[in-house]
Amino acid sequence: MSTATPVTTPPLKADKIGAAGIAKKRLSSPWASIAAIVIAVLWTLPTFGLLVSSFRPERAIKTTGWWTFFSDPTTTFENYSKVFGEEGGVNLAAFFVNSLIICIPSVLIPMSIAALSAYAFAWIKFPGRNILFLVIFALQIVPLQVTLIPLLKIFVSIDITGTFWTLWLSHATFALPLAIYLLHNFMREIPSGLIEAARVDGAGHVSIFFKVMLPLLTPALAAFGIFQFLWVWNDLLVALVFAGGGDEVAPITLQLANLSGTRGTAWHLLSAGAFVSIIVPVTVFLLLQRYFVRGLLAGSVKG
Amino acid sequence: MFGQPTSPRIRAALAGTLSAGLVFGLAACGGGDDDSASTDASASAIDCAPYTKFGDIKGKTVTIYTGIVTPEDTPHIESYKPFETCTGATIKYEGDKSFETQVLVRARAGNPPDLAIVPQPGLVKQLVSTGKAVAAPTEVSDNVDKNWDKAWKAYTTIDGKFYGAPLGASVKSLVWYSPAEFKEKGYTVPTTLDELKALSDKIAADGNKPWCAGIASGDATGWPVTDWVEDMVLRTSSPETYDKWVSHEIPFNAPEVAAAFDAAGGYLKNDAYVNGGLGDVKSIATTTFQDAGLKILEGQCSLHRQASFYAANFEKGTKVAEDGDVFAFYLPGKDANSKPVLGAGEFVVAFADRPEVKAFQTYLSSDVWANTKAKLSSGWVTANKGLDQANLTNPIDKLAGGILLDPNATFRFDGSDMMPAAVGSDAFWKQSTAWITGQDTKTTVDNIEKAWPK
Amino acid sequence: MFNTASTTPEKILQMFAALLLFAAVMGVILFIAGRFGGKRGDKVVAYLYLLPAVLLLTVGLVYPGLRTIYQSFFDAAGSSFIGFDNYSTIFSDKDQLTVLRNTVFWVVVTPFVATAIGLVYAILVDKSRFESVAKALIFLPMSISFVAAGVIWKFVYEYRPDQGNVKQIGLVNQLIVWLGGKPIQLLIETPLNTFLLIIVMIWIQAGFAMTILSAAIKAIPDDIIEAARLDGVNAWSMFRKITLPSVQPTVVVVLTTIGIGTLKVFDIVRTMTGGNFETSVIANEFYRQTFNADNQGLGAALAVLLFVLVIPIVIYNIRSLRRSEAS
Repeated sequence: MSTATPVTTPPLKADKIGAAGIAKKRLSSPWASIAAIVIAVLWTLPTFGLLVSSFRPERAIKTTGWWTFFSDPTTTFENYSKVFGEEGGVNLAAFFVNSLIICIPSVLIPMSIAALSAYAFAWIKFPGRNILFLVIFALQIVPLQVTLIPLLKIFVSIDITGTFWTLWLSHATFALPLAIYLLHNFMREIPSGLIEAARVDGAGHVSIFFKVMLPLLTPALAAFGIFQFLWVWNDLLVALVFAGGGDEVAPITLQLANLSGTRGTAWHLLSAGAFVSIIVPVTVFLLLQRYFVRGLLAGSVKG
Repeated sequence: MFGQPTSPRIRAALAGTLSAGLVFGLAACGGGDDDSASTDASASAIDCAPYTKFGDIKGKTVTIYTGIVTPEDTPHIESYKPFETCTGATIKYEGDKSFETQVLVRARAGNPPDLAIVPQPGLVKQLVSTGKAVAAPTEVSDNVDKNWDKAWKAYTTIDGKFYGAPLGASVKSLVWYSPAEFKEKGYTVPTTLDELKALSDKIAADGNKPWCAGIASGDATGWPVTDWVEDMVLRTSSPETYDKWVSHEIPFNAPEVAAAFDAAGGYLKNDAYVNGGLGDVKSIATTTFQDAGLKILEGQCSLHRQASFYAANFEKGTKVAEDGDVFAFYLPGKDANSKPVLGAGEFVVAFADRPEVKAFQTYLSSDVWANTKAKLSSGWVTANKGLDQANLTNPIDKLAGGILLDPNATFRFDGSDMMPAAVGSDAFWKQSTAWITGQDTKTTVDNIEKAWPK
Repeated sequence: MFNTASTTPEKILQMFAALLLFAAVMGVILFIAGRFGGKRGDKVVAYLYLLPAVLLLTVGLVYPGLRTIYQSFFDAAGSSFIGFDNYSTIFSDKDQLTVLRNTVFWVVVTPFVATAIGLVYAILVDKSRFESVAKALIFLPMSISFVAAGVIWKFVYEYRPDQGNVKQIGLVNQLIVWLGGKPIQLLIETPLNTFLLIIVMIWIQAGFAMTILSAAIKAIPDDIIEAARLDGVNAWSMFRKITLPSVQPTVVVVLTTIGIGTLKVFDIVRTMTGGNFETSVIANEFYRQTFNADNQGLGAALAVLLFVLVIPIVIYNIRSLRRSEAS
């Protein structure tokens, strides 16, 4: 989006033409391009409407559609200054820091735990493997809400309520089923020859994991990392329950929710607030996307 | 996500604190103002004697958890200062807009705050049933006996034990209108229900839709209808029937209740009356309660029934006063002599009985606090009899405060807030919404009766 | 280090301390695992690798899950045993049946449409000059919280009456008016409203499908493509014979993940209609019963129903897992 333009990704050099490339080329290019543009426009339009709205005066937002902006362009920064402004009386920067502090371990911890488990599921034969894997897979469906009270009771009994630990531990736990499932599937697609060769060379599972698997896994880890980051960053539920105790641990979503909260349908503030809240995740995606793709292209998967 | 509005009523009620402040330019906008206001409050230095008997609580901390969030929390936090100065204790304030579900989760998990400001007697009951709440100390109980009508004490007296001292209050039996329009077209403020109907007909005959209404409110959609129905039960039946209905001594589908629904339907489901500038009857269901009344300012409708806190929803610069752009009149009783008033309020429930907690509870239940708070904020009223009306600064607060303390008024607490959660914050809302979009009255009351926990 | 950190440096310090502690734990596990070798050692290594995950999951998900199943046989207050009553309510009550019907709509429509759009788009923009920008556009909704999404779609679905000089502020109704129609109260019309809500979910999930599938497409070995190209395969057969089979396992992953995500979705329903106008789904009803209506038993039964509904998805996965194992 235009708000996140500082981060630009250099276009990829198309040295080789991939399968999709051919498929697309042969699909008579103009039609393919038109289809792509139509989808892109449909997908962007709603958000674009929000962006435009966030710069329109309160009255205009409530009485006319955002598209009238083009025939009658009145802009204001008031919505943004109100979201950050002293009227709210909040130091958004502190909540920003909290969000980052919550996010980083909440991404790294489940990522490494899941990588180890996924490796075991994918490449080591042990009794109960399939059953255990299916159980973990099925755990994805446990609604988070049912875990809140039992977990909070545990946190109370070990006396870590109101600290970041509660958030790190719970986010890590909730992420595991999907992380293990995704990484497992990715690992399964790595040619078994690679692992067998390493084993023949006398490598143990620890060194195979680090020397063979981890480099190949980068794109999958990046993908999972992005999704987990987004989930944690946008999370409100877990933060609501476990960050209890005030401003010290509350993430930015909680603060934004409270900011907009008292004003139900203050669309002008909500539109600006919503935009502020998506800048970081979009930036992270755009930044990591490069590593993501580079990791894929550099991977020896393509042999 | 979960942060969805769980308590629009109380939130909106509290929003009044800020926005009404904006309207009258009295809020703490300038830093200088702010300081002088707070020094005023602490300088009017309160008598510390009532708190010395709790011993030395210097350096102790009391946590208080509420649904009152930024920026409405500021006057609250400010109003605690005199107590902190007196005792040297610290009050740690936490505002959370999902308060109503989260406080239950925390209480059940054994992690409750010291104090919670609870907006519904029904929720107080649920909190007490977790076994974590503690009864109020005698000092608080004495204060409440002295300062409040005894009905207020009864709301949070459970199995003979008194749990929560009332704090703020709001008046719900109000109809918003435009004084300018009334003057121009020669309408007069009605004093009986029949006059209200006649006025509606007259406006309709003039070619305008008299009423605008909106009941959308996120997951709490439907609650404004419950207020309409409650007001109608009070008027078409009696306060006594109302009490029986709320406590389920008569079933929800009793003829009196159905009649009240129909009376409300006479306005809300009447195509000649609604929905000014917003569409047909069904549009009530998708219009947010905040937006609906704004149509008065646009001249699209003339009447909007909503509580005193609605003042907060008008834009900055709107003059909310008897001679201004918009104001409210009391939703009249059946005749000019009866004056039933529907209202709501909040209560302080404790989960700890440490001396500093008790001391702070005592402070919050005192008339000293009520006056301190009233001076610090506009758009806030209380039913505390110790409140000096002179401290209420804006016209709508004066109106609401006057109604609350009127000895001729028969006050009743919002019924849906007192009913069990399965009805008060679920079936009543949901079925009322279906009722607006076409479901008949009988099916509606039957369905709600069915949802009442056995 | 287990206290509440209140200043920024303290917080950062605590974060690094936590990461170090975690790294140390992992290090110990790997160190122990490194001392085992051979076929028998493999088992030990596997269990060691699984240890942290199993530990966290047991405490954080398995135990609460079992507790929920237990609770689902109790009444609203959780005090007396009522057998299968909660379940019979779900399958007999008129409102609950609507909830079930809507859930079926959601689970059938969302994963397939979102995956199809994601796949087509991934192919269309693959290796194009604007690939990263084009992807970012579709991905954008993924990074938006549900609250923000609710605000965004308000400006799409909002209704204003056809009356005087009142103007539409919702895009869809504006289009209808431009085309000469009368504005519709989109979110009240059943069952149209459920599908309009599903569109929001598709809008969010297509980016997920696109990202994952795009990675899978890029992983198709070049030699296969080269070979096909030399054979003069046309675009459609290339898609059908090469692309689709190669990404098929990934498609399964994507379908499953979106399917499960859809079963759990309640934020959209909650923000946009509050479950009114016959749009509620199981996850929303679960939340409503548990937190609004204070009916712990029925809430738990609805949660259990969610577990049960995922079983077909699990079975489908076992099948495709076996198939890929066999090949």
